Formats: sequence, structure tokens, C-alpha cells
Amino acid sequence: MQTYPSPEALRRLPAGVADVAVVFGTLVLLAAVAQVGEGAFARFQPPAVVPEIDLDPRNLPYYAARSTLRMFIALGFSTLFTLIYGYIAAKSRWAERILIPLLDILQSVPVLGFLSITVTGFIALFPGSLLGLEAASIFAIFTSQVWNMTFSFYQSLRTLPQELLEATTLYRLSGWQRFTQLEVPSAMVGLLWNAMMSFGGGWFFVAASEAISVLNQDYTLPGLGSYVEAAIRAEDLAKLGWALLTMAVVILLVDQLFWRPLIAWSDKFRLEQSAGANAPESWLYDLLTTARIPRLIGDWLSPIGELGDRILSQLSQPRLGSAADPRQQQRQERLFTQVLLVLIGAIFVWIAHFIGTTVGFAEVLLTLGLGLLTLGRVVLLLVLATVIWTPIGVAIGFNPQLARLLQPVVQFLAAFPANFIFPFATLFFIRTHISIEWGSILLMALGAQWYILFNSIAGAQSIPTDLREMAADVGLKGWQRWRQLIIPGIFSAWVTGGVTASGGAWNASIVAEIVTWGSTTLTATGLGTYIAEATAVGDWPRITLGIGMMSLFVVGLNRLFWQRLYQLAEDKYHL
Amino acid sequence: MNLDRNSALIQVEEVYKRFPLPEGKGEFTVLSNISLEVRAGEVVALLGRSGSGKSTLLRIMAGLIPPSQGQVLSNGKPLRGANPDVAMVFQSFALLPWLTVQENVELGLQARGIPKKERRQRALKAIDLVGLDGFESAYPKELSGGMKQRVGFARAFVLEPKVLFMDEPFSALDVLTAENLRGEIDDLWNAGSFPSQSILIVTHNIEEAVFLADRVVILGSNPGRIRGEVKIDLPRPHDRLDPRFKSLVDYIYTIMTNPEIEVTTEMAVQPPVKEQVSSPYAYPLPYARVGGISGLLELIVEQPEGQVDIAELAERLRLSVDDLLPILDAAVLLGFAEVLQGEVHLTEIGRDFATTTILRSKDLFRQQLLERVPVFKSILQTLEEKRSHSMRGEFFLDLWDEHFPHAEAERQFATAIDWGRYAELFEYDALEERLYLAETTPEPVGVGQTPRE
Ligand SMILES: Nc1ncnc2c1ncn2[C@@H]1O[C@H](COP(=O)(O)OP(=O)(O)OP(=O)(O)O)[C@@H](O)[C@H]1O
Ligand SMILES: [Mg+2]
Repeated sequence: MQTYPSPEALRRLPAGVADVAVVFGTLVLLAAVAQVGEGAFARFQPPAVVPEIDLDPRNLPYYAARSTLRMFIALGFSTLFTLIYGYIAAKSRWAERILIPLLDILQSVPVLGFLSITVTGFIALFPGSLLGLEAASIFAIFTSQVWNMTFSFYQSLRTLPQELLEATTLYRLSGWQRFTQLEVPSAMVGLLWNAMMSFGGGWFFVAASEAISVLNQDYTLPGLGSYVEAAIRAEDLAKLGWALLTMAVVILLVDQLFWRPLIAWSDKFRLEQSAGANAPESWLYDLLTTARIPRLIGDWLSPIGELGDRILSQLSQPRLGSAADPRQQQRQERLFTQVLLVLIGAIFVWIAHFIGTTVGFAEVLLTLGLGLLTLGRVVLLLVLATVIWTPIGVAIGFNPQLARLLQPVVQFLAAFPANFIFPFATLFFIRTHISIEWGSILLMALGAQWYILFNSIAGAQSIPTDLREMAADVGLKGWQRWRQLIIPGIFSAWVTGGVTASGGAWNASIVAEIVTWGSTTLTATGLGTYIAEATAVGDWPRITLGIGMMSLFVVGLNRLFWQRLYQLAEDKYHL
Repeated sequence: MNLDRNSALIQVEEVYKRFPLPEGKGEFTVLSNISLEVRAGEVVALLGRSGSGKSTLLRIMAGLIPPSQGQVLSNGKPLRGANPDVAMVFQSFALLPWLTVQENVELGLQARGIPKKERRQRALKAIDLVGLDGFESAYPKELSGGMKQRVGFARAFVLEPKVLFMDEPFSALDVLTAENLRGEIDDLWNAGSFPSQSILIVTHNIEEAVFLADRVVILGSNPGRIRGEVKIDLPRPHDRLDPRFKSLVDYIYTIMTNPEIEVTTEMAVQPPVKEQVSSPYAYPLPYARVGGISGLLELIVEQPEGQVDIAELAERLRLSVDDLLPILDAAVLLGFAEVLQGEVHLTEIGRDFATTTILRSKDLFRQQLLERVPVFKSILQTLEEKRSHSMRGEFFLDLWDEHFPHAEAERQFATAIDWGRYAELFEYDALEERLYLAETTPEPVGVGQTPRE
């Protein structure tokens, strides 16, 4: 990919100019954060005084900045959480047995269903101020980003190369040194990639969490999402267009100014020992490495770093190995498993009791039925997205030039929050009298389909050229070619895309099955609507039941369907 | 260095190592009753076949894994945790790709809390010693394999350990690079400027062991045990052209190819621990494909007198001992070849097998399998007893699992399938993972396989 200005040009640039650019850029960034941050944290208001959203498009940069700041704060917390949770799960065999299944479940819980719970919690935590709402929104974004990142970090820790581990043990690196020199660096590439993808997904939740009604009360936070909400209420298409444009610009800016440089920087953390053919590039990263100031500051700070390293190393000296008796260990493990099972059983009984005494078991059957309806939508969506996008993806993937050109576009589309498009689609449904029962499938697909396309491209690219040539050589054509070459070749990539798309679709159902335009509200029958309605009126038992049921569907689907496909992909279609 | 010559730096006392088999099926003994000493001023080579537990022993001595029984003394004191007197050079280099050469070399010093300035100086000296000056700020990615391993050496040297451990340090390099680096390390040692007092090197390259070591300790397999040691009583540097060099290499080859031979040295040799083997699934099959076996036999049969020196054979085929020995083992197990004094020669049947048509060689192979490898009889019997004349592959895998770690059991299974298929004793459906008894009259096997005589 071409970047502008080219790295060569920058290298020719005198270091002085690069330095000026870096200093200037840093000052602008600091000023912007201070300006926006003041709005977020200093203007405390009682919740009765809901901040007005001014629909003048000139306010859009400010709103966009507020939303972006929320995203970055959530990202900071996600990173912190990831490092701690992933580290503990990878280091302690006991903790691992609780933390990893828990992560699996948390990942399957529809984040949007959470909102009601967290909003009330956070408002109670910060009485009489907007900070509670702010925290709830950040928390919603956080929960949409964090699980992926944590899994990636945990997996990296568990798959560290044996000899590297032995080297660090033998050379007596302290726990802190191991963490900073081995564990975090080797996880960096995967972690950043996952963070970037989750960050893209996070915009959806910004939009969904800034303007919500919980417990019969409307809450609004200044931001892009609430701007869109206000525009919908005012039935103002032009304003919506402006918001859309702003969103696109923000995504591009964050990509260029934040993710690209990080990805370019992280290339040195690749574990493969040979130089990569196409290292990622970023003009900003080149600028930063050309300038002298960052390096000078680094040198100047290095004694402090050294001191910190020494102190933290003192606190985390390597422990002397002591061989535990394996038999006793086994006994302990068995006991641990039993205690765990009892605990899980107790939780189930408690939930059953709660539901039984409040809404009754007939309601459970009702939600089960609604869940099946939503499941039907998800399945239909997957089938349609596959039928439409896989051939296109494969065509793109087989054409390297096209792929290089289009992949960033697809990435952008995947990051673009689908709920910004919802109003247009809603309007379309209203005008054409398309039932939302079917239309919601399209709404859910707006976000989810890109994962299928994205992975189809990647899968097609992974099919070796000589296999394709062989297929052409023996005269495979049409359906035969698909059956013998393409489907097996892209299968595992498709499964990855399918899992992500299906997870995204379930989550989206909460906002896609019930949509509004001005005063018109379209409502589809399904579990998403059930949860959204329960949330709006603050019906706790129904919220719990709805979320529980949806989680059950997602977990069940993962266990019974996707995991088997993964296995099949591993066993049979491994290239 | 001369002062404490002959004092023991590391002592291994009656060490056993067992790993649990999967699903609590008991334990797998990797090392059995190992006693060993590394003294100041000597180079010791640990030689053994793949899977004999060389790396495991090295890691126990380095304090990276605890022994199941017995103890390791370092400087006379029982070892707990990583051995501070030891630095290690790894087969795969084990460099951190995100650190420069300099930072990689400084890693161990940093862990010891040595101030930055001193770290820098000492690292530069070590980098200089391995001939890498000018590359201090390069990243490992930018270096060739040989240069990466030089960084590995520098990282170990900089700590000035009492004993330098190397686990097959040259086996990931191409032949010429390995030769070059090996020579340089040997030069450093002979010049007396080596940064450690002793060297312990793990290898399965016999020439390398004889070239570098003062003492070659030979490990036997299943379970790993010390078969004895061979003193390399040559003046340093060991001259490859010296006839004594050649005879030592030949002698060690003979030992390595004959598990029964007793190793004669001044040291008392421990009698090999013979396990009582009852199940046919407990005898390990050498991991060799039929194609490899017949290829080797065809090569030997073309030799004048139908025999060949093993060291020469390995050299000619550019095969490491580890790749060659299992094939030889298989040929011996099947009664196609015999090994005597470092020479392989074919038996009558072996000669027949190597020269006849494919159909007849299949017959010969089947006959030898059933006669000499009990596990095939057992498999056949199981299949015959079933009414469907078929059985899940997992059933047999489980039987192997009881005697080997799972990865090894899978290799045993794969080998048995390969041999049994070739001999047309049974068929295997990889999708269903089932074994089927072959039809009693094997079908004609396709083009080019009809008798030509
Ligand atoms: N952590 C472990 N758990 C179970 N089995 C192990 C473990 N480590 C090693 N083994 C087994 O111990 C045996 C010896 O392994 P080791 O790596 O020490 O052999 P080696 O002589 O170094 O072989 P190679 O020449 O292939 O490196 C092997 O059969 C291996 O499968
Ligand atoms: Mg080894």
C-alpha cells in the first residue's frame, strides 16, 4: 500500500522539520484532549437536566471528539484488564479453570442487554452527575472490546516458545522483566490486531449507549450517537448525512493517526525469525522515528526506567522451583472441580428460583420461542450473507491487486457502526411497507455481513496458487471447482467469519428488532425486542431472563455448531 | 583454570525422570538411574539417539526441571531452581526478536541488576569475542542462522558461567556454517580464552562429539540410561585425519547401532536396566517408512561385497544419525541387514528383498513382519476375531498409549499402519480411522507392479 509522504521522502526530510511536526502535533493533541475532557468530566449535572443535543452540524467535531475520547478510555481499561486477567489465567492453573470458561460465557452475553444493569449501577455510584452515564457508556464499549483482547493475550502467554521460556528462566529474569521483555512483546502483534478489530466494533456500542432509555427515563450523553438519535427524532435526513460523514472521517483519522503507526511499530514483535516480506507502513510512524525529540526524551527518561525496572524486579524475584507431588496435585484438582460444580449448580438453582418466583416458567417458554425466532433470523442472515458475499470475496481474494485495494475498504465497512445506517433502512421499510419481521434481518446483516466477506477474501488468498493452477489444469469448472477446491480451501476462514458474524448478529438483534423513525416505531417479534422492551421499563426479572436466554442460545450454538465446524476445519480442511 | 582441574562442578546422582502418561495411565520413564559428573576444564559430550532423554537430562542439570528421584549437586550443593553456574546455548537460538543483538546479550546481566554502563562494556566484549562487532544494533531477523547462533553464544559467554551447556547448538545450521562455527568454538577453547571452565554439549552427531569432546557419554534409549563413556585421548585440537579419530568414530557407531554391546571404558559401566516386557505393544518400532528401508537396502546391495561403513553412508546420504539409525534399526529388526563393527551388510533375505519384484518383496516383507514383529500378529488376530474384520484405529492407539507418551504412541501407530499396509496385512481408512483385514487374495496393485521376470 502506498503511503504519503513516502518513507524515503521523510528520511530525506531534515530531522529538524520532523521534530517541529512532532512537537506541534503533540501540542494540538493535548489541547484537544483538555478541551473535550473538560466537557466530559467537569460539567456535572443532575440527571434531571438532560444535556440538549444541538443539531447544528458545526457541533459535530465536538460530539465526535467526545465519543472518540470515550472509545479511548474504554480501550485503556480494556488493555489494563486484559493484561491482568490474561496474566492470572495463564499463570495459575486454579484460576485458569474458572477464568477461561467465565470468559467464554462473558463473550457470549449480549452486551447491549447489560446496559440497563450498568446504567443503574453507575448512576448510583455517581449520584447527581453525568459521570455515572459517562461511565456506563464507557463500560458498554469496554465489554464489547475486552474479551477478544483478553483471549488473544492469554493464548499468546500459553503458546510461548519453550526455549524462550527456558532462556528467561535460566538467565533468572525477574517476574517483571519476564513480563516486559518476553510475555507482553510476544503477545503484542495478536493483541494489537484484536484491539484494532474490537475497537472498530466498539463504535456500534458508542452509538447504542449514548442515548438510551432505561427504567422509563431517557438518558443522553453528548456524542455522535446521541446526535444521530436526535436527528432521528427530528426526522432530519440531512443532519443524519452529516453525522455519517463525520463518523467516516473519525474512523479514518483514528486509523491513520493511531492504529497504523502502532501496527507498523509492532512489526518488530513478530516471533518469526525471518524478515517479513511486506512490513506494514505508516507515515506517522516514520515521522516519529525520524524526529530526534522522541528519542532524546527516551534517553532522558531511561535512568528512571532503569530504576523502576530494578525496584519492580526486586519485588518479583524468580521463585525457587519446588516439585509438587503429582498425586496430591491430582487429588486437589478433583476436589477443586467438585467444588466448582457445586457452585455452578447453586447458581443455576438460584436463577431458576428467581425466575420461578417472579415471572414464572411459562415466561421461560415464551422467551425460548422468541429466541427460536431470532435464531431463525440469524441463520437466514448467515445463509444469505454467505451466498451473496462468499463468491464476491473469493473473486477478490483470487485477484491480489484487487484484494490489496479492497481489503482496507472492507475493514472500514466492518468498523463503520451499522446503527448509523439503521434510520435510512427504517425509512425505507416504512416507505415500501416491508415488514420489520423480515427487515430486521437486513438490519442485523448490515454489521455482520462484513465478517463473512472479510474472511472469504482472506481464505481465498490462503489457497496456494499451485493448487489453483492444478484445478485449472485438470479442468475443474463451475460447481466442481467450488466443491473440490474453493469450499475446502476457505472453509476454516469462513468458520471464523461465521462465528464472529453470528455473535454480532445476536447482539445487534437488541437494536435491530425494534427501530424508530420520528414517532413511528417498528417492532419485530423476537428475543431482541423482548430484552429491549424489558430494559426500557426496567423489568429486572425479564431483563435477566432475556439476557440469560440469549446467552444460552449463543453458548449453545457455539458448542453444538461452531465448535464442531472448527474441529472439522482443523481435521479435514487444514491447508 | 588449572587450579581446580578435576574438581566436580556438577554432579548428577542416581537421577530418574518420569513423566505421567495421559489419562492417568501410570508413568513413562525417560531417564533411569543416571549418574554423571562434569569436572572443571573438560568438554563432555552427551550422545544418544532421538528420544533417549539427552535434552531432559541437560534441563535437569540446568535446574529447569526437577528430577523425579535423585539429586543434582552444583558446586557440591543440592540444586534448587535454575542453576546459577550454567548458561545455555539453544538449538533454536532462543533470541528475543524485539531486542537488538546488544540487548539480547545484555539480558542475563540486566537480570542480575548490573548497572547499564558495565553491562554495555561486558556485552561489547562478548560480541567481539564471537566475531559480531558491527552488528550490535542489528535485530535477529536481519542475521543469518550462523550469526544468530553467535549471538546465542555471546549471550551465554557474557555471564562467564562455570559450565556452558549446549543443546545441539549446530544442528539448525547448514553444514558449512555449522562446521565453521564449531571450529571457532573449538579454537576458542583450545586457546584457553574460553569464558567458561567446562562445556557440556548434547548432540546426536558422532563426529561432532569426537571432534569437540574430551569425553563422550553415551545414552541408551527406553528408558534413557548411561551405557558408558568413551575417552577421546587425542591431542587437542582433535585431528579428523588422525586414524585414531576415525577408529573412535567407527567404534561409537558400532555402539550406537548395537543396543546390546557393552561400552568398555575405565569407568565401571552400569548394566542396562532391562524392563520386563510382556505386551507386544511395548516393543518400540523404529520410526522408518517402508520406502526408506527398501531405498537403503537397494543402496547397500549395489556396494561391492554388499556392505558399507555406517559413518560413510551417513556422510554420503547427508543424513544425520538420527534419520539414518531408525531405518537401519528397522532393517535389522526385519532381518534384512546386520551390523558388525560399524559396517552394515545384507542378509540373504535382505538381498532378495532389495532385488526382486515389488510383489515378491511384499510377500517377503509380510513374512518377516509376522515372524519377527509380534505386534503385527496381535493386530491381525484382533481383526480376525471381529466379525466385521475391522476395528477402530483408536483401539490400537490406546494399547500403545499404555507404554508410550501419546506423541510416541501415535508414531508407533503410524509406523505400524505404514508397514502393515505395504505388507497387505490390513487396510486403513484414514477418514473413518478404521483398520480392515486385507482380503485374503490381495488385488492386483496397479500399473508397473506386475512381475517383470
Ligand atoms: N514434558 C514432557 N512430558 C512428557 N514427556 C516428555 C516431556 N519432555 C520429554 N518427554 C519425553 O521424553 C523423551 C526424551 O525426550 P528428550 O527431548 O529429552 O530427548 P532427546 O534425547 O533430547 O531427543 P532429541 O534428540 O530428539 O532432542 C521423549 O520420548 C519425550 O517424548
Ligand atoms: Mg533434544
